[in-house]
Amino acid sequence: MRETVAKLKTTPEQILDLPEEDRNAAIERGELPIVLAHEVHKWYGNFHVLRGINMEVYKGEVIVIFGPSGSGKSTFIRTINRLEEYQKGKIIVDGTELSRDIRNIEKIRMETGMVFQQFNLFPHLTVMQNITLAPIHVRKWPKEKAEEVAMQLLKRVGIPEQADKYPGQLSGGQQQRVAIARALAMQPKIMLFDEPTSALDPEMIKEVLDVMIELAESGMTMLVVTHEMGFARAVANRMYFFDQGQIVESGTPEEIFSDPKEDRTKLFLSQILH
Amino acid sequence: MMNREPKQYSSGEVLAPPTERYTILGWLHKNLFSTWYYTLLTLVTLYILYAILKPTLIWIFTQAQWQVVVVNLRLFMVGQYPKDQLFRIWLALDLLAFTVGLAWALLLPKERRVGLVLLVIPLLLAALPFISSYSRINWILFAVIGFVGWAIGKWQPKRMRRPLIVLMLGYFPILILLISGFEPILKLVKTNYWGGLLLTMLLAVVGITLSFPLGILLALGRQSKLPIVKTFSILYIEMVRGVPLVTILFMAQLMLPLFLPPGLKIDNVLRAMAGMVLFAAAYMAENVRGGLQAIPKGQHEAAWALGLNGFQTMFYIILPQALRNVIPVIVGQFIALFKDTSLVAIVGLLDLLGIASTVLAQPEFIGRQREVYLFIALIYWVFSYAMSYASRRLEVALGVGER
Repeated sequence: MRETVAKLKTTPEQILDLPEEDRNAAIERGELPIVLAHEVHKWYGNFHVLRGINMEVYKGEVIVIFGPSGSGKSTFIRTINRLEEYQKGKIIVDGTELSRDIRNIEKIRMETGMVFQQFNLFPHLTVMQNITLAPIHVRKWPKEKAEEVAMQLLKRVGIPEQADKYPGQLSGGQQQRVAIARALAMQPKIMLFDEPTSALDPEMIKEVLDVMIELAESGMTMLVVTHEMGFARAVANRMYFFDQGQIVESGTPEEIFSDPKEDRTKLFLSQILH
Repeated sequence: MMNREPKQYSSGEVLAPPTERYTILGWLHKNLFSTWYYTLLTLVTLYILYAILKPTLIWIFTQAQWQVVVVNLRLFMVGQYPKDQLFRIWLALDLLAFTVGLAWALLLPKERRVGLVLLVIPLLLAALPFISSYSRINWILFAVIGFVGWAIGKWQPKRMRRPLIVLMLGYFPILILLISGFEPILKLVKTNYWGGLLLTMLLAVVGITLSFPLGILLALGRQSKLPIVKTFSILYIEMVRGVPLVTILFMAQLMLPLFLPPGLKIDNVLRAMAGMVLFAAAYMAENVRGGLQAIPKGQHEAAWALGLNGFQTMFYIILPQALRNVIPVIVGQFIALFKDTSLVAIVGLLDLLGIASTVLAQPEFIGRQREVYLFIALIYWVFSYAMSYASRRLEVALGVGER
């Protein structure tokens, strides 16, 4: 019988003990995971939110994380770029261990882009300024280069004509596409999506999903917290079902949808796939 | 009647919104006399206005003796500032006119009202009957230079951008240098010769300019994770807010010398300025803190997720939004600070209010309190209202993109 929760193939030491160049080359070739979470625990006060999360993501993979609200799935994805701290375990992103060291955190944040449920665009800046801010001040690109890249990205997400507007003048779907462009402008290796379509009106969900599907097909490594099962079926390499701070079950979309092993997975799927 | 069909609107048809039009009488009826109690209220209000305004206006135009203001106009404006050095104040004003003219052309091209302040009001002042011909010429010059600044800005908008920024940042130190002088080019004018509106304005400008950044630093300090910085900020803010400004001014005058080494003497005006700045900074800090707390956590997170560090997040993302949210409160505080400068009269400085009492002590003008105080009240009101009006325009201008 297939194990519902895959054991990790890699230990943190296997990555960290390698010299940095070999490490990066192995990650690039897909021999070592680009994201490794090893026995990650987190508490909010006395509440045990994450209870030993293990996950490996290889370069170019698309991972869908789903589960009931309060299951810790958003918290987990937010630990990957250290918007949340964790108290036990190890997370290694692109060969760099997440630690309290601010330099490591900043390095990892440069390599990961994040898209939020509430978009979190900067309302006092135009769309163009939203996108170019980080490349100019963090990557130290000249303004012209940043704007050129931003314009290409706006074309890619389909709204080049909105460059000079303010976020408040755009629809929710357009705002979320700007947020994706903003994250991509830093040329991240990994994209994190925290329920990107949950705050959208139904007719706008598709325009955002289309952008995400295009991104997945271009080979971007993506971790996506979502309940959009159509998206998962179309592009996910693997799916993880979270409940009560644990990974209850994982597998390919095929395995999860046609042959879920755990009762909790079956129940949850039956509730969201009417 | 019974079976009338509802009108069908075709999809392309656009109806204009219904317009309301009134005659003057119609407007009066709708707004002032629509019911018997509105009518009563209107009549009572009109009577009260009449009862107050009639004697006031009669007094202003027939009984009041404005000679006291006309004779002492220079005292009211600049105090004892030496007559042969007055050109320096005009120079500072001319530089201001040029800067504002330039800013008008480059930053606020659609704001016609700047022209009112820059051109119309100075020319009106120049036309006043009782001012000296020296002031008349200088007011005209002020308008001309303002216009020149505007014209240059229109003519070379790209090239003048950098000079404008330099002027805006450099104006404050240049102003202080011009007024106080620097040997050997400009003769030093000791602060005890500064007075009247000049001193009031300098106190306000120094207070506003320095308390603003200091207040922001204190607000950030109060939110800091470093315990020493945080404790110091909280202690400072809460202590200063617990003490009246007059007390702080007295302390600055009487206590400060005790803490300084014996040889070092700071003059009265500087002490008062320091007191005002330190006082205003504590209030400013609390206003800014309110603005900071109103920024959603998602803004911080989005900035961090992009790789911005703490300073960049604060400087580019949080502060601009926080400050914009508290513009009305901050301007309110600036206005309060401007009016509070009058308290320095209590510690013996000759600001507008201090000058008023010296003028009233002149034997030929004994008993002219009404004229004098009404005059300085008018000056305070004009500047306070101008600030309040500018703040409302600023809010509108900065409100772009917000719904």
